[in-house]
Amino acid sequence: MNTPLLEMQNITKEFPGVKALDNVSFQVAQGEIHCLVGENGAGKSTLMKVLSGVYPHGTYSGDILFGGKVQTFNNISDSEKAGIAIIYQELALVPELTVYENIFIGHEIRNGFMVDWNETIKRATEVLKKVKLDVNPAAKIKDLGVGKQQLVEIAKALSKDVKLLILDEPTASLNEVDSENLLNLLRDLKDHGVTCILISHKLKEVIEIADTITVLRDGKTICTLDARNGQVTEQILVKNMVGREIDNIYPRREHKLAGDVVLEVRGWNAYDPKAGRAILKDVNFNLRKGEIVGFSGLIGSGRTELALSIFGNPDGYHLSGDLYVKGQPCKFGHPRDAINAGVAYSTEDRKGDGLILIQDVKQNITLANLVEIATRGVVDNNAEVKVANEYKGSLNIKTPSVEQKVSNLSGGNQQKVCLGKWLFVKPDILILDEPTRGIDVGAKYEIYTIMTRLVEQGMSIIMISSELPEILGMSDRVYVVASGKIAGELPVEEATQEKIMHLATN
Amino acid sequence: MSFFNNAKNVLQQNIREYGMYIALFVIMIIFTITTGGTFLSSRNIVNLVNQTGYIAVLAVGMTLVIIVRHIDLSVGFLAGFMGAIAAIALVYWGLPVYAVIPMVLALGAFAGLITAFLVAQMKIPSFVASLAGWLVYRGAILVVTEGTGTIIIPDAAFNAIGNGFIPDIPGLDAFLPGAHKLTLILGVLAIAALVWGELSNRKKKQSYDFEVLPIDMFIVKLIFMSVLIGAITWVLAGYQGLSWTAVVVLIVTLIYNFVMSQTVLGRHIYAIGGNPDAAELSGINVNRLIYVVFGSMGMRSALSGILFASRLQSATTTAGNLFELDAIAATYVGGVSAAGGVGKVVGSIIGALVMTSLTSGMNLMGIGISYQYMVRGAVLAAAVIFDVTTRNRGK
Repeated sequence: MNTPLLEMQNITKEFPGVKALDNVSFQVAQGEIHCLVGENGAGKSTLMKVLSGVYPHGTYSGDILFGGKVQTFNNISDSEKAGIAIIYQELALVPELTVYENIFIGHEIRNGFMVDWNETIKRATEVLKKVKLDVNPAAKIKDLGVGKQQLVEIAKALSKDVKLLILDEPTASLNEVDSENLLNLLRDLKDHGVTCILISHKLKEVIEIADTITVLRDGKTICTLDARNGQVTEQILVKNMVGREIDNIYPRREHKLAGDVVLEVRGWNAYDPKAGRAILKDVNFNLRKGEIVGFSGLIGSGRTELALSIFGNPDGYHLSGDLYVKGQPCKFGHPRDAINAGVAYSTEDRKGDGLILIQDVKQNITLANLVEIATRGVVDNNAEVKVANEYKGSLNIKTPSVEQKVSNLSGGNQQKVCLGKWLFVKPDILILDEPTRGIDVGAKYEIYTIMTRLVEQGMSIIMISSELPEILGMSDRVYVVASGKIAGELPVEEATQEKIMHLATN
Repeated sequence: MSFFNNAKNVLQQNIREYGMYIALFVIMIIFTITTGGTFLSSRNIVNLVNQTGYIAVLAVGMTLVIIVRHIDLSVGFLAGFMGAIAAIALVYWGLPVYAVIPMVLALGAFAGLITAFLVAQMKIPSFVASLAGWLVYRGAILVVTEGTGTIIIPDAAFNAIGNGFIPDIPGLDAFLPGAHKLTLILGVLAIAALVWGELSNRKKKQSYDFEVLPIDMFIVKLIFMSVLIGAITWVLAGYQGLSWTAVVVLIVTLIYNFVMSQTVLGRHIYAIGGNPDAAELSGINVNRLIYVVFGSMGMRSALSGILFASRLQSATTTAGNLFELDAIAATYVGGVSAAGGVGKVVGSIIGALVMTSLTSGMNLMGIGISYQYMVRGAVLAAAVIFDVTTRNRGK
């Protein structure tokens, strides 16, 4: 057997009070796609940061062998020089610059003191062809979709003559079509000799693409599996990841006949004056008491815009059409009006516009309903801690105290804080936009359980999700959104992934 | 020793919060030594407080502006302009003091609302909007003082705000001669209020089973704060007592501190600074609060103008020059984060005191103005470095 391209031996990395990596060993063979899976906080990202030199040599113990040689990376540029490129979940592109400028940023092609733009554009075109991205190299990054931006990142890595490509959750924010494209590209790159480490929470795609899978749990290597023989199943992975078996991560629930209509939208149109185009066209749908309605569709199909246009229209679209909440015609001019009418919206981007990261758990939970714990405008700080502790308990938020800053919590627990915030406004209608994006299996299961509990108590939930299994597993009814229109409505019994994708892409 | 362990823990967890007090304390000790005690004399301390006043009220308003991720450069000349309006109203229009002050405060608030309109409605960056204001108000001062130049204010009541002291209780001359009795009584009342407030807060927390300071640390804290207030009171009482400027600054600080730390309004302001998008989606009307914050800033500018005009007993053509930068420096020294969402009103007051103490101390030492600027620049940088490096420690 050949010497592996990468060998990480007995890596231990400690943070004050936590052993993030405990004697982890990890091998990647030349030319394979190696997937790294594990719950959030299992140590995947830490391991990659050790590898790429974010945590410099000497701050951890153990050895890194790359290409057969012991490496001592002190920063990212050291590891890049050795041929390791890492692409993070949060893309590192400059939105206002062009595609070609982004590809060669930091290693510009020079002609003496000047940048050789002609050569840059030529080389960029070549490398874009390699990643099968058909865009004008002079287009600005901000004008591309997330899927295309992801490909530009890969092109950037390839332009540096990369030997080992590391992708951290590349498909987390991609829809099914873009994800499939990306996975195909990775296979293609593999055929051209690029070795790849893929970190992903989407076990289905992991099984589909991986040659080898390594599972981490609590900072330890649990097992390394050969995935080529087709014997690895999601169940085996989940069992190793969480240390227990989860037969069905979607809680069983009777799809009973739902009650009265609590929310109805008729002939709903929205025009975005900033983008200068119509984003919603003649949308009609309803939501009944005690049901979960799934909104499926591609990224950019208008699902989030639809939710926001109902939830007080913070982006200032021009709206027309009728909105009824519990039978009453409503016009919401601000999210506050929607909240007062019993509608809550939990955003898809919890770090961007969901949480106040520099504030603590209790302040985030009470933010949308401070008046509840205030008398004549004065906040009762003690009542606040009490409320926060109640949600910490009922939602099982894992934090040492409610005075912990939310930036220190894992993704799943941050999501629970968001949920807690919206449950505290005691809504009748809860809109959850991508409620499980980027969180691990265990936390997903907990969120699903909470959702089930809520509808049983009579709440109505709109769930926007890009994950089809989640849509099928949790919804009572499914609406498919495509190009700002409702492309179809399916009872869950009739819905299949194929039917939904068909509606979404036509 | 558990006592020292407790002390160490409390200090480590709150180093950010206590850092400024320690810095102020150190600066005062250094100047007391280098000036042979003159710095800590009653007369100098009273002067120091009065000099800090007009910057301190600006710094209080600026704290809110910076917390919501904005800046207001117009406040210096706005203060100067408002001072000139006050002088004109008193001298040429013959209006009484009790009418002039509310009128000028309202005008200041209105000026702040104009800046808010540009920022919230027109979506102009506050730096640009307030820079425009800076130019406009600079011109406005010149326009209103064009014919007359410096306007001398003869009104005794108005001038007392910047120069006068609270009256003493008559008929108590035999008791503690030379000391200002009413100031002493107020000091004792302040200590009593502090002890009572802390005790009842502690009791309430315990009734909820929340964590409280260990009892020995709690007592140390109470003693420390009581001694501090006591010492300040004693020093002030040794001269002419509490000045009206100090009273004004104290009232403004108490109100703003209460609003920012205890009320829904304050919490919403912090939320906007922490993440404006999340705040908006949580049902907070961000634009409306921008009006509140800039309106309050405008009103504080007017107050600053009144304090300054009263102190000089006149309105001058250069009044307010560079006040805005002194106020901004004070807030940064006081631990307000330039990134928004973090900062305390009391911190900014301490920051203003630090900066004025430096000026006052170096003046007493006879250090030239050129070196004074450099030292203050270094202290500003050091304070922010300390703030940034300790930010991620503790909780």
